[in-house]
Amino acid sequence: MKILVLISNVPDTTTKIRFVDNNKAFDTSGVQWIINPWDELALTRAVELKEAGGVETITVANVGESITEPTLRKALAVGADDAIRIDTKPKDAYFVASQLAEIAKNFDVIMVGIEASDYNGSAVGGMLAELLDFNSVSAVSGMNIENGQLTLTREIDGGQQKISVKTPVVTIVQKGIAIDPRIPAMRGIMMARKKPLKVVPAVEAGEKTSYVNFELPPPKAACKMVEEDNVKELVRLLQEEAKAL
Amino acid sequence: MSILVYTENWDGKFKKLSFELVSYAKALANELSTTVTALSIGKVADEELKKLGNYGASKILNVAEDRFENLDNKALALAVANAAKSEGSKAVVFAHNNLGKAIAPRVSVKLDGGMVTGVTELPESTDPIIVKKKVFTGKAFANIQIHADIKILTLAQNSFELIETDNNAVIESFDAGVSDDVFSTTLNETNKVTGKVLLTDAEIVVSGGRGFKGPENWGILEELADVLGAGMACSRPVSDEGWRGHEEHVGQTGKIIAPNLYFAFGISGAIQHLGGVNSSKVIVAVNKDAEAPIFEAADYGIVGDLFKVIPQLTEEIKAVKS
Ligand SMILES: Cc1cc2nc3c(=O)[nH]c(=O)nc-3n(C[C@H](O)[C@H](O)[C@H](O)COP(=O)(O)OP(=O)(O)OC[C@H]3O[C@@H](n4cnc5c(N)ncnc54)[C@H](O)[C@@H]3O)c2cc1C
Repeated sequence: MKILVLISNVPDTTTKIRFVDNNKAFDTSGVQWIINPWDELALTRAVELKEAGGVETITVANVGESITEPTLRKALAVGADDAIRIDTKPKDAYFVASQLAEIAKNFDVIMVGIEASDYNGSAVGGMLAELLDFNSVSAVSGMNIENGQLTLTREIDGGQQKISVKTPVVTIVQKGIAIDPRIPAMRGIMMARKKPLKVVPAVEAGEKTSYVNFELPPPKAACKMVEEDNVKELVRLLQEEAKAL
Repeated sequence: MSILVYTENWDGKFKKLSFELVSYAKALANELSTTVTALSIGKVADEELKKLGNYGASKILNVAEDRFENLDNKALALAVANAAKSEGSKAVVFAHNNLGKAIAPRVSVKLDGGMVTGVTELPESTDPIIVKKKVFTGKAFANIQIHADIKILTLAQNSFELIETDNNAVIESFDAGVSDDVFSTTLNETNKVTGKVLLTDAEIVVSGGRGFKGPENWGILEELADVLGAGMACSRPVSDEGWRGHEEHVGQTGKIIAPNLYFAFGISGAIQHLGGVNSSKVIVAVNKDAEAPIFEAADYGIVGDLFKVIPQLTEEIKAVKS
């Protein structure tokens, strides 16, 4: 089985969010870039499955300009065999999915994080599946390969389901797929330098949406403090002032 | 030319979420001078279907079939797209929940539409159409313009009020036009927790962090949840350590929730935690460290020991409820 893990390059989760150019663009100055946390868990599970046998190769792919290469190198250090970077600025989810479709058609299982922690789109995986006419399974929190058969655990409201699904398939994964993301070891980092990272040109594709501008949330009023031994007062405030009880 | 809204059912029933969604679709339809058609897939009684009319659906397309129970994403997306085509819909609205997120992107491609997920408000402008959503996990908002003729939206939970209207809904049975060979998902096993308030449905959520010290101390929080009829949540380290199940993990990498009232006990308020809860209407924090960042996000706070505060709170709430 050949696995493709899609890697989104996102600002570190502690980044202070600021905008420039009249609030039309995200301020990337001083930003630390990381593998999108869900993509990192997806990759971790792919590596675990490969170690258990049953997976031939793991490829990682990203749509982005050269600044995303350190993130792809990190994915190689974690355990991917090769990386592909589609050399263009990601415009919107449809544009990104169209780029990835060219590559993804050659794989059995495509793993995509449930969303990217920057624009929170939750869109690329489903769009990609539709473009390829593959099936897709969302909210996947477990993946196993037994005798070449893919079995998945999927989260539903208030529970879980175990399902089997035919390949090729796009799996949209979330928490649970792996517990802790794998940290690259020194050996992995050394090896990653020699692993192939292919840069391919973008294909012609449209975009369906565009960012008009961004806003920061209005500042929050100060927290109203209540004494530890006056829980009664807290309950009164929640009832009478906040009308939340 | 109507607006199509996909209303999922849970064992044949709709939820507040479904009615929020229809209310939103109706308000959008008013702005675009059109009507709302709801699509229901699965076996739902007419009486239940009719409830969608109370919030503004004038037509309800009913696909009363069991085949979609395995939630095959490809088959469901085809059914929704076929309904949108037969209605000539110019917008399709989904909930921003597990199933909505799974299908909406597929439908957007099928209809050659433009999609924005997790919208929080009615469009600020309808010509061109510009909608608002949260980005950077709640740290900012973006206004996004859709360039395609057909608009696909998923609505963030708890972001729109219920609006009741006169009910003149008609129910029509609808042939989804999905042949058997489209389905490729086999359901082997379903496990559901019963009797618990679902975190994503809960109006009140009580949540605990590492301040609970270990897996054995959660009885007091369970009791509080019981008294409040609240859902239970926890921070990521708590579920990573296995003190609580991972279905309770909220935050950037867990569930994103937006209850009316969120209690954070022994949670420091890391930015990744807040990403999952900062849409709550009212936040209460109890932490023994006065400097904990959770107090910057909270509306009400107590600097104190959760092991003392929680039992008192349970007693107080019992008292005011009786
Ligand atoms: C990529 C990434 C994603 C992440 N995603 C998430 C996520 O989705 N959700 C999430 O929650 N975290 C997430 N985290 C982790 C996050 O950064 C924090 O580490 C985590 O939220 C801390 O959990 P906590 O508040 O329970 O524990 P701590 O930070 O250890 O805080 C415990 C708090 O309890 C207080 N306390 C201790 N004893 C008592 C007592 N007796 N009474 C009252 N208060 C007491 C302490 O003062 C302290 O403030 C993520 C981190 C990363 C890097």
